[in-house]
Amino acid sequence: MHAVILGNGVSGATAALRLRELRPEWRITMVSGETTYPYSRPALMYVFMGHMRYRDTKPWPDSLWADRRIELLRGWVSEIDTKERSLKFEDGNRLGYDRLLLATGSRPNLFGWPGQELKGVQGLYSLQDLALLRENVKRARRAVVCGGGLIGIELAEMLHGLGLPVTILAREEWYWGNILPREEGRFVSRMIVEEGFDLRLSTGLSEILGDGEGRVRGVRTSEDEVLDCQLVGLTAGVSPNLAALEGSGIPTRRGILVDRSLRTEVEGVFAAGDCAEIETGGDRNLLQQVWYTGKAQGRVAAASLAGIEERYEPGIWFNSAKFLGLEYQVYGEVPNRPGEGRRHLYWEDFEARRAFRVVEEGGAVCGMDILGGRLRHRVCESWIREGRRLEEVLEGLGEACFDPEFFPRPVERIRKEIREVAG
Amino acid sequence: MNQIRNPLLQETLFDEEADDFAAPVSPLPRRVTPLEGIAYLLLVLGSGGFLASILGWIGGGWGSFLFVFGSLTAGGVLLPWARYGNTSPGVKNDRTFFRGISTRGITGWAAGVLLTGFYVVLYWRSDLLEGGIRLVDPLALVLTGEEAGKWFLYGFLYSLAVLLFGFRMILRWRGNPYQILRTFSVIFFQLGLAFLLPHLLALFEQPEFYFTYFWPLKTEYLWPSGFRWLASHPGGLGVFMAFWGLAMTFLATPVLTYFFGKRWYCSWVCGCGGLAETMGDPWRHLSNKSDAVWRIERISIYTILAVVTAGTAVLWINSAMEGGLLGTLSQGFAEWYGFLIGSLFAGVIGVGFYPLMGPRVWCRFGCPMAAILGLLQVKASRFRIETNGGQCMSCGNCSTYCEMGIDVRSYAQKGDPILRASCVGCGLCSSVCPRGVLRLGGRK
Ligand SMILES: Cc1cc2nc3c(=O)[nH]c(=O)nc-3n(C[C@H](O)[C@H](O)[C@H](O)COP(=O)(O)OP(=O)(O)OC[C@H]3O[C@@H](n4cnc5c(N)ncnc54)[C@H](O)[C@@H]3O)c2cc1C
Ligand code: SF4
Repeated sequence: MHAVILGNGVSGATAALRLRELRPEWRITMVSGETTYPYSRPALMYVFMGHMRYRDTKPWPDSLWADRRIELLRGWVSEIDTKERSLKFEDGNRLGYDRLLLATGSRPNLFGWPGQELKGVQGLYSLQDLALLRENVKRARRAVVCGGGLIGIELAEMLHGLGLPVTILAREEWYWGNILPREEGRFVSRMIVEEGFDLRLSTGLSEILGDGEGRVRGVRTSEDEVLDCQLVGLTAGVSPNLAALEGSGIPTRRGILVDRSLRTEVEGVFAAGDCAEIETGGDRNLLQQVWYTGKAQGRVAAASLAGIEERYEPGIWFNSAKFLGLEYQVYGEVPNRPGEGRRHLYWEDFEARRAFRVVEEGGAVCGMDILGGRLRHRVCESWIREGRRLEEVLEGLGEACFDPEFFPRPVERIRKEIREVAG
Repeated sequence: MNQIRNPLLQETLFDEEADDFAAPVSPLPRRVTPLEGIAYLLLVLGSGGFLASILGWIGGGWGSFLFVFGSLTAGGVLLPWARYGNTSPGVKNDRTFFRGISTRGITGWAAGVLLTGFYVVLYWRSDLLEGGIRLVDPLALVLTGEEAGKWFLYGFLYSLAVLLFGFRMILRWRGNPYQILRTFSVIFFQLGLAFLLPHLLALFEQPEFYFTYFWPLKTEYLWPSGFRWLASHPGGLGVFMAFWGLAMTFLATPVLTYFFGKRWYCSWVCGCGGLAETMGDPWRHLSNKSDAVWRIERISIYTILAVVTAGTAVLWINSAMEGGLLGTLSQGFAEWYGFLIGSLFAGVIGVGFYPLMGPRVWCRFGCPMAAILGLLQVKASRFRIETNGGQCMSCGNCSTYCEMGIDVRSYAQKGDPILRASCVGCGLCSSVCPRGVLRLGGRK
């Protein structure tokens, strides 16, 4: 039995390793065009800033793959033939499979902006993008980053670190406005400005201007302002990477459609990670594009490939990020707008660079987020799962605090001030 | 929607293993700020003055002393101030792997050769340092009532380095209370208990005693000759010191390690650790993380522990038999141990190789105290580095900046707590982790 895993990101790599445990005798091949060995995508920025080398970002030692008899094949796949059960590579080679896992990840969104093909315009997703960025900064005296999200702020920080003046265009009223509630978004926006970035909120990109020689010379914003720049970062989110699937007959919508066991409709073909869209039977499918969900899906996909019945249960949502120096965590449901029947309780101390929010629904806490602090995952998860009351959560804040020793713990203050608001 | 194609790299597959992801070149060159310029000037003046005094070009006295060490101190304070004073308090992702000095480039090697050379001269050709030793006479006269010897000069330079690089460390990590407190602590113990106090003791005709070093790091304190020398010193202080040494080794070490882990000593108190945590900080990422080196580490450090323990036992038996066992050989053992371990390993390699192998070579491969503390840490301690559930995204910052060469990520990405004999609890993994996954102090 030959299992082929297309994509060596966290989903593909996790699946390969577990499949080896489950099926010691199978042949396993992991294919990727980007790199030979898996590396940690979230570490891209640190490589660019000289905080790590590329080799430091590999989660597993190179020798592991040979030890586990997982063949690593380098190349871009251009076609999938599900009848013949084979992959066709860009260089014309073919590789047959018995079971196929698609773990092709995402790609940066491009919204058909005029001028997006100019030199000096790029996204930040792959190691190739990083190499391209290094070329592009060579002539950049000013940069514009379009899209106020997590990758946008990372790209902005990388460029700013080189001494480049950076303008960030964000369409929303506050930073990361499609996810963050207003207060956190304003908090983050204010901090970004204080750190020396030119942040333009409620401002989109309408056109990228060329210099007549195919290079970018500026952008026109939705406010009809022209900003000179030699580098444009496009970071307006990502979408599932379906490039290899064209003509394959594997059903897709936004992502590759799979059931709870990550099976596509095509016999022997599975999908996991950023590229998978899980049909829930409800009105919204599940499209999860973060690291730990990729890892969790990779594990389930390995079982499915091996023919073992397992279901992907998403569990309590969690995400974390860093805006420049500011850490952010979210657990459960923290909607960005106030909604019917939900009560939001928010506390902040901008000077101390800390904020905290709890969301309550029908008397039970359903989510919380924190800026500038760390909460203990296990505790928050169990609170939300068990639907604890607000008072219990406030009482237990000390136990949930994951800040390092000697860090200020404003637990008492948060408790008191939130109680006052809650009445 | 179209995938962004990399126009530069379209033709061939990109060779990420060969690409070293070198420093991006920006057309806006990084300029040396006036403050940095002044700092460099002061450092050049100070080190030039020190060299001149060694070569005998300038004489001793307070004037020279203040000129040389005043310039070095001012430069050593100004430089980090110029670098970090204006930055935000968070982690500095600032080009560590792009600088020759921190990546075994030409300047890195030069620093290694210079440091190693200094130790070689200090141990075996200290006559060459005569002028430098005379330079610190004024201070030695005040503190000890006597002219300086080479160990006074060494202790003074060592303490100055801990102080100045400690200042840098505090500025660099000023958003991080753990790092700040820890750095204050090593400065205090080095300056107060490992430099000033022993000299003051000597001034008052008490034994020159280091309250922060114990057997088996300071082997002499529990060797028959050293123990008796202390215990027989007139006045109660000597006896107190002898028993202090005993109590620290056999009582305080296990108890403190049970509650706090090895770090109570290695990264908060110890002088060797103190220098590693301050002057060694710019090189901490150079420690090797491979399993093969981990294996060597365990063999080497436990061998040395075994030698010290056996040696100490034999020395006591020999002394009880009034030299019947070894005769004059016991003196030979003490001398050889002092030369091989104390000078060659702890000094020349331990500090000289900072810029080449990271700052904890001695602590990792050599120190018998670290070996005992490590065993206690694994077998009888509540100390753990806690991992926050499944939050690790395998970026590798923690492993990269672990000075002890622990592959922290390999535990964190499995969601496991980290418990390793060598962990000195410096807390840097937790400090550089961009997602706040690691927390020191977890209990069983
Ligand atoms: C800059 C950046 C920062 C991020 N930071 C975070 C973070 O802090 N936390 C977090 O949770 N998530 C973060 N993410 C998201 C996270 O990296 C992704 O969710 C995760 O990498 C998805 O893993 P995956 O295995 O599904 O896909 P990917 O990691 O995208 O891997 C897909 C692989 O498939 C290969 N592939 C695709 N198509 C083909 C083809 N046709 N032929 C050959 N190979 C192909 C690609 O080469 C690629 O290597 C970040 C993403 C980026 C870009
Ligand atoms: S630094 Fe943090 S996120 Fe990165 S590998 Fe280590 S524990 Fe994981």
